Amino acid sequence: MHENIANIENSKRAKKKEHANQSRENRNMAMMMPPRLNPTDSASGPKQHQTWSPYDNNGGTCVAIAGADYCVIAADTRMSTGFSILTRDHSKIFVISETCALASSGFQADISALQKNLDARHQTYQHQHGKQMSCPAMAQLLSNTLYYKRFFPYYAFNVLGGLDDQGKGCVYSYDAVGSYERVGYAAQGSGMQLIMPVLDNQLKSASPLVLPKRETATPLTEAEAVDLVKDTFASAAERDIYTGDGVEIVTINARGIQKQYMELKKD
Amino acid sequence: MTGKQPYVGQALDSPHAFTLAPGPTKHTQYPYVTGTSVLGIKYKDGVLIAADTAGSYGSTVRYKSVERLKTCGKHCLIGASGEISDFQQILSYVDKLILNDYMWDDGNNLSPRDIHNYLTRIMYNKRNSFDPLWNTLVIGGVKNGEKYLGVVTMIGVHYEDNHVASGFGNHLARPIFRDEWHENMTLEEGIQLLEKALTVLFYRDRSAINKVQVANITAEGINISEPYALKTNWDYKAFKNPTAGAVGSW
Repeated sequence: MHENIANIENSKRAKKKEHANQSRENRNMAMMMPPRLNPTDSASGPKQHQTWSPYDNNGGTCVAIAGADYCVIAADTRMSTGFSILTRDHSKIFVISETCALASSGFQADISALQKNLDARHQTYQHQHGKQMSCPAMAQLLSNTLYYKRFFPYYAFNVLGGLDDQGKGCVYSYDAVGSYERVGYAAQGSGMQLIMPVLDNQLKSASPLVLPKRETATPLTEAEAVDLVKDTFASAAERDIYTGDGVEIVTINARGIQKQYMELKKD
Repeated sequence: MTGKQPYVGQALDSPHAFTLAPGPTKHTQYPYVTGTSVLGIKYKDGVLIAADTAGSYGSTVRYKSVERLKTCGKHCLIGASGEISDFQQILSYVDKLILNDYMWDDGNNLSPRDIHNYLTRIMYNKRNSFDPLWNTLVIGGVKNGEKYLGVVTMIGVHYEDNHVASGFGNHLARPIFRDEWHENMTLEEGIQLLEKALTVLFYRDRSAINKVQVANITAEGINISEPYALKTNWDYKAFKNPTAGAVGSW
């Protein structure tokens, strides 16, 4: 009988131990999971209700096309939030220098901060070097600036366009954290998926892997490129609710910078 | 572990405050006493900005005499929706800014555009620290003949336009403005348009009350009206049996 009691006691103790071990395991598992960076968490426990988001998407589309001796950079002028239009007349294009313009879509507060940041850096460069930054140099600077905030990104989708050191048109396309590539043409933003296939159809040249190397710049003239841009925006405005109201077109060439504006559908 | 250890009472402005500070969260999570829409339009002689005088505590209309329109220097007026205490904090910042500007005594004053930019940087900065001022601000003014009207939201989104609104006003008032606003409206036309929008908001926004103020900013100066009541009509046929004819209702 003593044996039986001993057995019962042992099994009880074993169960207790097992239970304790399991709890410890669970706690260990919980600690091993990465802490979620939630604005409401800290030490006050799980979040009780909907919190605010530091990001918003204010919509819009940006396009750029590089030519043999020009570059066309364009962006629509609509600024939205959710299903509302905030304003029909907001410029997304920032002319950084005589040879370089930046078009950005996404979260407008971040775009503003990013453009101011680049402007400040460019002004410093001009003071220190006595000349403006080249477009390829600005391209690298933009990439670095974006990656600097890799762990709290600028929610900005950028297209940088201008003239390279040889005076040829160049376009650089970015993601939100600074990954970039020089291309012959690019589209970013809410209408990107509507516009890019059209540009591919009209402008795509042979793969860069094909030898002999083919020119990436489009064979179109400046006027033809501007017309193409107008057409693509008019098309995107039909189906993308965040694109519309108007399109601002900036052309950079040896003569300098010219700006145009075309109305788009307001609906 | 090298480096600074977090301690209770660590500067709340520190960029890591929300991740390292032990104890309860010490930054904004949700608003308590809030103001609803602010409306603004440009007209021939300047800018008109309007708002009601309600301060809601969740679903209760707790305070009915909250002044949500405040002057800012000689040329500018700020209207706020959202958390009232945060607006009071913003007014404190603006007060210091204007005082500093005045102390320069150099014949130059900050323009409405400058103040808008300053407020945008504050709102964006606070958003970056995950501790926002829970407001949408409407800034309007006239300086050197130039009429200015702009908005900043709690996360730093900012823009200017001929007519603006915050909160519910974006959904109910802006469409009316888009339909009826035009360049060079007279003062009477402008007030009529704002009152129309304010009335619609009173009918349809549960946080709105029938006690409003309208501010008029011109080159001559700023005038904020005393609070007054809007005329309302509850006899519309559509208000009786509103679901008559609607499919699936009774």
